[in-house]
Amino acid sequence: MMIDVLSDQKRKIHPHKFTLWVAIGSILMMFAGLTSAFIVKRSQANWLMLEIPVIFWYSTAAILFSSVAIQLSLKALKQRNMLGYRRWLVITAVLGIIFLVLQIIGFIQFGDQEIKLIGAGSNASYSFLLAISGLHGLHVLGGVITLIVIAIRAVSISNRNYSSVPLEIAATYWHFVDALWIYLFIFFNWMK
Amino acid sequence: MSSETILHGHTAGEAVHTHDDHADHGHHHEESFLTKYIFSQDHKMIAKQFLITGIIWAIIGGLFSVLFRLQLGYPDMSFPVLEDIFGRWAKGGRISNEFYYALVTMHGTILVFFVLTAGLSGTFANLLIPLQIGARDMASGFLNMLSYWFFFLASVVMFASLFIQTGPAAGGWTIYPPLSALGQASEGSKLGMDFWLISMALFIVSSLLGGLNYISTILNLRTKGMSMTRMPLTMWAIFFTAVLGVLSFPVLLSGAVLLLFDRNLGTSFYLSEIVVKGEILPNEGGSAILFQHLFWFLGHPEVYIILLPAMGMVSEIMSVNSRKPIFGYLAMVGSLFAITILAFLVWAHHMFVTGLNPFLGAFFVLLTLLIAVPSAIKVFNWLTTLWRGNIRLTPAMLFAIGFVSLFISGGLTGIFLGNSTLDIHLHDTYFVVAHFHIVMGVASFFGMFAGVYHWFPKMYSRYLNNTMAYIHFWVTLVGAYLIFWPMHYQGLAGLPRRYTDFSNWQSFNQFAGMNKFISTVAMIVFAVQLLFVFNFFYSIFKGRKVKSQNPWGSNTLEWTTPITPGHGNWPGEIPEVHRWAYDYGKDGREFIPQVEPVGADESKH
Ligand code: HEM
Ligand SMILES: [Cu+2]
Repeated sequence: MMIDVLSDQKRKIHPHKFTLWVAIGSILMMFAGLTSAFIVKRSQANWLMLEIPVIFWYSTAAILFSSVAIQLSLKALKQRNMLGYRRWLVITAVLGIIFLVLQIIGFIQFGDQEIKLIGAGSNASYSFLLAISGLHGLHVLGGVITLIVIAIRAVSISNRNYSSVPLEIAATYWHFVDALWIYLFIFFNWMK
Repeated sequence: MSSETILHGHTAGEAVHTHDDHADHGHHHEESFLTKYIFSQDHKMIAKQFLITGIIWAIIGGLFSVLFRLQLGYPDMSFPVLEDIFGRWAKGGRISNEFYYALVTMHGTILVFFVLTAGLSGTFANLLIPLQIGARDMASGFLNMLSYWFFFLASVVMFASLFIQTGPAAGGWTIYPPLSALGQASEGSKLGMDFWLISMALFIVSSLLGGLNYISTILNLRTKGMSMTRMPLTMWAIFFTAVLGVLSFPVLLSGAVLLLFDRNLGTSFYLSEIVVKGEILPNEGGSAILFQHLFWFLGHPEVYIILLPAMGMVSEIMSVNSRKPIFGYLAMVGSLFAITILAFLVWAHHMFVTGLNPFLGAFFVLLTLLIAVPSAIKVFNWLTTLWRGNIRLTPAMLFAIGFVSLFISGGLTGIFLGNSTLDIHLHDTYFVVAHFHIVMGVASFFGMFAGVYHWFPKMYSRYLNNTMAYIHFWVTLVGAYLIFWPMHYQGLAGLPRRYTDFSNWQSFNQFAGMNKFISTVAMIVFAVQLLFVFNFFYSIFKGRKVKSQNPWGSNTLEWTTPITPGHGNWPGEIPEVHRWAYDYGKDGREFIPQVEPVGADESKH
């Protein structure tokens, strides 16, 4: 039903893309709420300075590369280079998973350093790091699942639809979660 | 970012439906019961689903208020039947303290979120957006369906929480920590609170999905000729409502997530050195005020999420039934916009006495009192729309006029509360209860009733019964004032809200009779709402049939569809729009529908 409603508006922004932009605004508000809570809390007594784990630099690199990868995938799709499209799509998803795994390793390492993230004796600064990065991670996870769904559709033979719209939407979202992480990463390093 | 995209939408919006290559939507593809009534993607069916779910919730939430008013009005009497039904919650036929808290908490949560947010916006945004902007359906029927089903899931979880052994959440609808964060602190902070948080998370998802769709549809799918400034005011109001929701609900979500952490993972976002029942808790360094900031950053916009759709519908209904153009259309849009912006900047007026820096408080006083300006503009325009109108007192029109009366009464008390110095005395008293029930609760209900009476013929192709409607209106209007007006006096005398029993206070004993009176009226008003519910369901099946395509003589597009529109709304092409929605009483004609081209010798409006 959607497709035919929209078939006659090629030059305009696709409503689904538009919806995504509004959704991005909404997600941004959530993280704005969380990071302002962080700032408020930080200015109060009993704040432990954050040590950002080194491994977060690697996860940051992974998610940055993944943005390049999805762009290459999109380019390939537009050139009808289906092989390249699928290859870069899978690479994007794998980089996304690597990002998540590295983040999780980072948090596990806190345990070795006897820094408590939750429970008795935990400090709000590290709990914030966990809660905010965790919520961001969930958004990345959502993106990875979307990419996998698109990838599966791309290899299924029954699909003769070369529309680039779904991938364009996924790519916008993906760049967004990437940029969001960069923001958070800078924020954490700066605000500690 | 969002302003840029909104601009995008603007240009994108024109001329979307120029050629109508899918006219076949009016015809029926065979639909099963399941796809037609349950998992429907038709906006009109989804609207009905929201409305009927909202009605069920309203009955439950209203019943709760009757129960706790029973306690407040008759503190010395016992009602054995309560014990029969509620067991240990009403031992000896009297409502226990825990039960009382649970009842007020659920009453607030249900009415604010499930009825006046989902039930109101969900119903009328879904019903009216495609019909009034001239679209086949929402931008995404699927997201729209998901929005309802997330609401349904939230409802199931909240309903289930009523049957937990330790009871539902009971920390007030604002669920302030530390009370709400510590299970050992009260029965209502145990499992019931987790259910509350999960239910609200689902609810937020539902609101966001709905809101995204409303914004995207209004900006992208308007029919040819329907520029933004030709839209009926209902559309503008719903648009701003959706913007408010999309930008403020996520902040509540982040507050709720941190609360879940504190409750279940032992973190200290909101909890600092606390002793509960002699036990020293390990938490340190948290800030309970932090939660209040996050909560009210949603909480205040939320009250306008509830009010704006009512304002929009009232403007439309009032113009139609005065047979006059709305006075100051652009001022109406501008004041909606101003309210939307200000709604994000005043949240701390709920926190004047929580230890907020008084210097900061002064700014919030200023911004809060500024809201009086757009509010006054709106009131002025409604009154001038009525002025010398050719008024038809249909039930919808009565409720619209009642809305204006209530909005004035309740808005005036807002000005008292908005002064931080006065608020020291008034905060958490019945004055606040009176203020927000009149300006938000009852007023928005009036807007909603107006909408139901006005658009029922479009929804069910039948009319509601007028006699019952008039009884409903007059008893509700008089009753609402009789219930809430006296509460102002109680509040000025210092009567605190959220107490089960005042009989131990010498100074408040003077209110015993008044409380009895309020409770009695509350029961009568509740009974009359049941009359409305009866009228609603009776009329769906037995109401007088609608014979005319445009029964109210209205200009807007929904009345150009067949009496019972199918999926896709217009059997043929979507009509083109040539004028704004308010050409009433122009050039000697009673009304000129939006689809009629402007004549050569027509005067300008
Ligand atoms: C001129 C306009 C208004 C002003 C200046 C105003 C001011 C205030 C202030 C200062 C409070 C906090 C009182 C306290 O807790 O001590 C308050 C409470 C409240 N107001 Fe208003 N208000 C206005 C209009 C409205 C409108 C239009 C609505 C709803 C549509 C509304 C809904 C509420 C609610 C729900 C509460 C109480 C929440 C709670 O504590 O449970 N107000 N108002
Ligand atoms: Cu407020």
